[in-house]
Amino acid sequence: MGAPSSNLIEVRDLRQAIGGQEILRGVNIDIPKGETLVLLGQSGGGKSVFLRHLIGLMRPLSGSIRIEGEEIARLDERQLEPVRRKIGMLFQDGALFDSMSVFDNIAFPLRERGERDEKVIREKVARSLELVSLQGQEKKMPVNLSGGMRKRASLARAIISEPSCILYDEPTAGLDPIVSDTINKLIRRLQSQLRVTSIVVTHDMISTDHIADRVALLKEGRIHFDGTLNALHSSTDPVITDFIEGRSHEID
Amino acid sequence: MKFPYTFPLTRSFCLYLGQIALLAGETFTSILAGRIRWRIVLNQIVEIGFGSQAVVIITGVFTGAVFTAQIFFQFNALNMSSAVGPVVSIALCRELGPVLTGLMVAGRVGAAMSAEIGTMKVTEQIDALRALAVNPVDYLVVPRAMAIMISMPLLVGECIFFALTASYYVATKILDVNSVFFLQHMWAYTHGKDMVMALTKGFVFALIVVFVGCQQGLSTRNGAVGVGRSTTDAVVISSLTILMVNFFLTMALNIVFPAGKHS
Repeated sequence: MGAPSSNLIEVRDLRQAIGGQEILRGVNIDIPKGETLVLLGQSGGGKSVFLRHLIGLMRPLSGSIRIEGEEIARLDERQLEPVRRKIGMLFQDGALFDSMSVFDNIAFPLRERGERDEKVIREKVARSLELVSLQGQEKKMPVNLSGGMRKRASLARAIISEPSCILYDEPTAGLDPIVSDTINKLIRRLQSQLRVTSIVVTHDMISTDHIADRVALLKEGRIHFDGTLNALHSSTDPVITDFIEGRSHEID
Repeated sequence: MKFPYTFPLTRSFCLYLGQIALLAGETFTSILAGRIRWRIVLNQIVEIGFGSQAVVIITGVFTGAVFTAQIFFQFNALNMSSAVGPVVSIALCRELGPVLTGLMVAGRVGAAMSAEIGTMKVTEQIDALRALAVNPVDYLVVPRAMAIMISMPLLVGECIFFALTASYYVATKILDVNSVFFLQHMWAYTHGKDMVMALTKGFVFALIVVFVGCQQGLSTRNGAVGVGRSTTDAVVISSLTILMVNFFLTMALNIVFPAGKHS
């Protein structure tokens, strides 16, 4: 038996195709515990697809995904449940249950895990709402929330059961710069207060500069760059500089 | 030339049947394993059972009334108006009650199930359930299946009761059929087995509505258009399946409960 790995997630040669088109062509990456990894890449480049594999929402064509050393790529839905309890996910549009109030949405994971004491539930929901600065919105229905509030409510739902890892799918997409900054600060605060491992999929460079401990760039289904924020900014690789500066090679 | 076109159709039909069978298998496994959320089951009984009251009662009343009138017009010409009661009663118990209730519930409840689950699918709410370690079949399908299996036989019984009440009223108060004759003949020729047949059919139609509705919802794709298509398909597929399965059920149940003989 070797020494236990300090990596929370280990991905090896991950491949996936959708509609006959290869989206992931052998992704290899390790994510240590407590780190915030930002995964950059163009829209439609497979970032969200990669993220969905980490929580078992998609099954890879081939390759290996290990969470705390446990291979999850071949587990069925029921076997995945204990793994999913360790991971929280913020979906791109929040994915709040639209038939439930904000309170019931956030309380949902607790109730599903058998918590019956309403006093405990109320306390934990209040704490989660405070962490995401959304106090006083408990009674609202998701349809009555703004985009930023929906994402914060969704984040409160993801963190209420204290996962060891949070996956963020485009947390700032479609938000104005002020709300985006609030979300960035929130991710940072959650990392410092809860000490969770975070994997953030985005193409927002401002967000990346705020939150990243480490950055990876997904290009044509493979990890093209994997390093620190400083290494990213000092890179002379035209793929990276084009991405950072938002430069396309389309002819006018 | 027909074969290449027929083959993919046969393949999709078999695939669809396979998906329904897998969903049904998973649902009954969860029920047997006790993974039942009783609170949601009760909510669904209110939604499916209580919410279908008006539709089922109106269907029953007017079917019973019009069927009685039509049977009376035909039978009266042959001086057989006293046979109206048993004919209406047996037809309602064995065929019209369960089939019409099944079709009404397919239209109302099957469509709602498909639309609700389909919308959850396209807005990633089903993925959110999975990400929160909640099995969508346990959370969405099991309570609906339990609720409809409990509600549907009761709705069928209710439909038949209101149809027969309307039939009695139309026959005796409007068409001047002797009320004693009507009731005596009806009781004499309608047996418990006719009601058992009605409830059995109701139960089978409940399974068709819930598994077609939920499967359509769970396989929804392509946003709002996809939800619309799934909802329409859920109603069309479950209605046609009810009509087709009803024939085979009638043939099979007639062996178990032969018509006209006392059980």
